[in-house]
Amino acid sequence: MTKSKLAQRLVQLGVVIFILFSWWYFTLPGGINRLLLPPPAPVFRDFWVLLTTSSIWPDLLVTVREWVSAVVIASVFGCSIGYLVSRSAYSVRVFDPLFAGIYSIPAILLFPLYLLFFGLGEGSKIALGTTIAFFPVVLNTIAGLANVDKAYIRAAHSMGANDLQLFWSVMVPAAFPVVLTGLRLGCIIAFLVILGGETISSLAGLGHRIVSLAENMESSQMFANIIFAVLMAFIINGTVSFVEARGRRSLQ
Amino acid sequence: MTAITTSGVSLARRGPILSPGIARLIVIFLLLAVWQVSAALWGDPLFLCTPVQALQALPHILSDPKIDNAIMVTIYELVTAFAVSVAAGLAIGLAVGLSGFTKQSILPVILMLYATPQAIILPLFVLIFGIGPAAKIAFGISHGVFPVIVTTVAGVQNLRPQLMRAAHSMGASRWQMFTTVIFPHMIPSFFTGMRLGMTAVLIGVLLAELYVSTAGIGFYSRLFAESFSPPDLFALITVLAVIAVTLNELCRTAERRFSRWNVD
Repeated sequence: MTKSKLAQRLVQLGVVIFILFSWWYFTLPGGINRLLLPPPAPVFRDFWVLLTTSSIWPDLLVTVREWVSAVVIASVFGCSIGYLVSRSAYSVRVFDPLFAGIYSIPAILLFPLYLLFFGLGEGSKIALGTTIAFFPVVLNTIAGLANVDKAYIRAAHSMGANDLQLFWSVMVPAAFPVVLTGLRLGCIIAFLVILGGETISSLAGLGHRIVSLAENMESSQMFANIIFAVLMAFIINGTVSFVEARGRRSLQ
Repeated sequence: MTAITTSGVSLARRGPILSPGIARLIVIFLLLAVWQVSAALWGDPLFLCTPVQALQALPHILSDPKIDNAIMVTIYELVTAFAVSVAAGLAIGLAVGLSGFTKQSILPVILMLYATPQAIILPLFVLIFGIGPAAKIAFGISHGVFPVIVTTVAGVQNLRPQLMRAAHSMGASRWQMFTTVIFPHMIPSFFTGMRLGMTAVLIGVLLAELYVSTAGIGFYSRLFAESFSPPDLFALITVLAVIAVTLNELCRTAERRFSRWNVD
């Protein structure tokens, strides 16, 4: 078992080394145009500069602020609307397919509209992130609250729980894992779509930074920033999944 | 307070007055009516139009040959990117998923790539593929191929080894094994992958269209937004939404149809 594990790690390491090697090999003089793909050495140098200086902080702050605002607004609205809808089976059957149907329209389509309404600044990205994060949250809140096992509710009732107790000690814990999954999805796709919005048109932010570097043909700096944004996405993914797992466990 | 009780216990006791479908239509209609009234009363015509105005702009948009051409370009990009994503994703997924070793070693790398925000490398696609349809197709593929790979791997994952061994011992060739054992087994997850791939391709192509384009729908949506003609913009967005929902529904119907055999 451990031997095959070791072999797998070796293959993964091999893949990484192979990619780095071909990156280095094909960008040797006479290879791929340096404007399209700069060699690894300057990219890593620029990445190091990026980490050790504070030049990225203003843009990072803008992106994080947009992301946090979008996630908070989407969670508040998603959870409360989901709760209101889940209170009767009839409204679940009316609204659940409605939200699922709207969810299947790519929200990025609304971006030109949001640019018109909220301007080039942070407002349009927050609106876009909120729109796209709202639907997984509301759909999962409805799914979580509407599918609480009826036996729990009957048991709580027969033991004399009042409505508030029923809500806090039965409904919320039972629905929590499903709602958490919705929140996790919302966090992740909000981040992706905010980066996309910044790439399309914006005044500041990580996406804006990468686009302006690309337009100035500062390839090695652009790649350094791309690596930074990718690492940030991994960190966000990891953190959100970790919080979800912790939240799940804390209830059991 | 009493309202909270209805959240669980008295569900479905009450006989609904209207069927949910009709109630849903009424809700949609009410939302449109609110939009109509508020846009007509308070909306700045430079930024917001009423749904009726958008509807009136629709024939004018669809009769413009340049915009028709743009819609065809976008559909062409979507279909090409989707076809390549499915073909490549299926091939890679099978290559990775059919052996336990490659699955354990290569799949994490693929999942890592899947989790990267592709929007950030959009400028790179434009640098490499130019501002024409090629960049949109490539960007669409970069979104669509990963869900197909991942669901293909998941589809062959729970293939029962007995089936493979039985087919093998009965003298099936590799191709026969694929067509009679592996493929039927993975059909449900394959169509799920196609649906997810379609959603992802839509996002990728539209993102690239909006970022930079010279002829596609993205170009016109920018033009309409920048020239402050919201009715045209709303009409174009409606056309795009209809395309998106149609493609999604096609994939969903195919998914339902082809996974029917597996209901048992």
